[in-house]
Amino acid sequence: MTTGLSKSSGLPLDRAVPTVAAGQKPIATGYEGSAGDQLRAYVQRVRGGDMGMLPALAGLVVLGILFSALSPYFLTRGNIANLLTQTAALMMLSMALTFVIILAEIDLSVGVTGGVGTAVFILLVNKEHWNWIPAIVLAVLTGVAIGMFIGFLVAKIGIPSFVVTLGLFLGFQGLMLVMLGNAGSYQVQTPQIIDIMNKSMPVWAGWVMLVVMVAASLLTGFYDRRRRVVTGMPVRPMTLLWAHVGALAVGGGIMVFLLNQNRSRGLSPIQGVPIVVPVALAILWAGTTILDRTRFGVHIYAVGGSAEAARRAGIKVARVRIIAFLLCSLLGVVSGIFTISQTGVVQSSTGRDIVLPGVGAAVVGGISLFGGRGRLVQAAVGALLISMITNGLGLQGYSAGFTFLVTGGVLILAATIDALSRRRSGSTSLART
Amino acid sequence: MAGLIELRDIRKSFGPVDVLKGVNMDIHAGKVTALVGDNGAGKSTLIKGLAGVQPYNSGELLFDGGPVAISSPGESSALGIEVVYQDLALCENLDIVQNMFLGREELHHGMLDQPEMEKHAAATLQSLSVRTLKSVRQKVASLSGGQRQTVAIARAVLKKAKVVILDEPTAALGVAQTEQVLALVRRLADSGVSVLIVSHNLVDVFQVADYIDVLYLGNMVAQLKTTDTNRDEVVGYLTGTKTRDTTIEETLV
Repeated sequence: MTTGLSKSSGLPLDRAVPTVAAGQKPIATGYEGSAGDQLRAYVQRVRGGDMGMLPALAGLVVLGILFSALSPYFLTRGNIANLLTQTAALMMLSMALTFVIILAEIDLSVGVTGGVGTAVFILLVNKEHWNWIPAIVLAVLTGVAIGMFIGFLVAKIGIPSFVVTLGLFLGFQGLMLVMLGNAGSYQVQTPQIIDIMNKSMPVWAGWVMLVVMVAASLLTGFYDRRRRVVTGMPVRPMTLLWAHVGALAVGGGIMVFLLNQNRSRGLSPIQGVPIVVPVALAILWAGTTILDRTRFGVHIYAVGGSAEAARRAGIKVARVRIIAFLLCSLLGVVSGIFTISQTGVVQSSTGRDIVLPGVGAAVVGGISLFGGRGRLVQAAVGALLISMITNGLGLQGYSAGFTFLVTGGVLILAATIDALSRRRSGSTSLART
Repeated sequence: MAGLIELRDIRKSFGPVDVLKGVNMDIHAGKVTALVGDNGAGKSTLIKGLAGVQPYNSGELLFDGGPVAISSPGESSALGIEVVYQDLALCENLDIVQNMFLGREELHHGMLDQPEMEKHAAATLQSLSVRTLKSVRQKVASLSGGQRQTVAIARAVLKKAKVVILDEPTAALGVAQTEQVLALVRRLADSGVSVLIVSHNLVDVFQVADYIDVLYLGNMVAQLKTTDTNRDEVVGYLTGTKTRDTTIEETLV
């Protein structure tokens, strides 16, 4: 590979990195400077239009203050636990959709895919008397198969994902009716499934969860830092890492503390972090790792940004698309399981009405439907914001109609912010997606 | 002097239309060869054959003196031929490092090796004396046309390209940016890479090229050393008023 070239050139033909000529200032990496410089660079990025989930976070804070001023019940321990469980299914669905939205695709069938998955589960357990674990595995595999099917039709055959998944959205509603038959609805009798949403972890387990989270975040930070030092690249000031981990520890600590208090108004105490919280956090962590740290992660953003450029760079575009739809449908089934855990019943309409709020949550979180950008945590924050609107307005006694109106308004506001920030972006952004 | 790549009697037709009618061309190691020709002369077809996108119908292709066949982009890339297309093929939503390593990211324990990639990207840009970039973590969307061209060229260099083919690299650039890119092309060739530059702009061509090859209606009508020719002669060949040995005026006399 190095014939003739390596002798005369100063180019990096081997793994060896060419030495920089004396006096030449190295190109920056965005890691240089004090904590203050980093902060200023961040402010500049935001001003340039790279706002990410800032509007959604601001919305959370504003609505949180507003609702707690309006209702003394809003910030109580019981309602916080309620809010978390009410959000879980929507959050999982908007995270599922994030994978395909980054590709500038859409999956309108992800909700009913979750429905089909739970129908498979309930029929195996209630009618065939399977153990719940293999039944769950088969339900999830059903989602995987559906996702691959959608991906195949979109990536290989070339049908727009909107059309494919609209067809499946209608078709799967029929499939659910056929599968569930005349009975139409089945009770969930598996206590383990019911517990996900309705039971909490012991008090000590909540603290263990927090310690694991803080430790993982600290260790990842140290590991990344060490890798940069070993490679000889500049690192961010330690203060930023401590601030980051500290914020996580304090914020998480307050939440765990509140949830660990007794929130029962009856005689038997209800306390602890709901089981769904660590499940959702683990999935969020795994998905974020895939998007941020793996080859597939970069490729999915690349295909979303420019499929042609990705193809020319040797990326197997069809494969990336199929895997994205696979992950979407898989998480759709997880969302479906959360839903039936909460409602305690599988019926033909399970998962039907959740998909558009899921898309809305992703958009509210700052994920662009134009593709190419978006993070899972944004989808999670968007879902939390939408649930908070429903929850807070419900506490005020507003009707469902009013709640829908407000939710729709917030969605359009978020889309407006996205469109305006896109117009401004491009001048200053220094960060990775 | 024999070229690193030698094309002999290359022919390509689309149905009844002969686009390349027996073209000979040499791309010299460490030199800039300019390929000029009017619209429809066959420049793009010639390049696409080298890139493996559209293989030639017939003809001989010698690489480093040995015969080779290029029938796919992969084979072209394996030989060390990289094409920087006019539309650059960069992902605007990704940063410079991600674009330079797109499709062949470096891994460490199965995860992306960000510091290593950053280091290589910065060093490669630096070795090309690129000074206008603020940070290697800048998104491509925030770069100017000239900076994007620089990133696209640096990506080819990072792939250890022996031959870099640039398709109209300055077509969309302003004066200052054109200067930067041409200087970069010069440095690239001086470092030992063979550069083939396709251009309409004769000013650029005379500034940067060592050799000027002129295509006219699918024929290679002239292969000139820049130092031995002038603008009028090249324009003559380009427009067909001058053929290999004579000018029209001479035949009239």
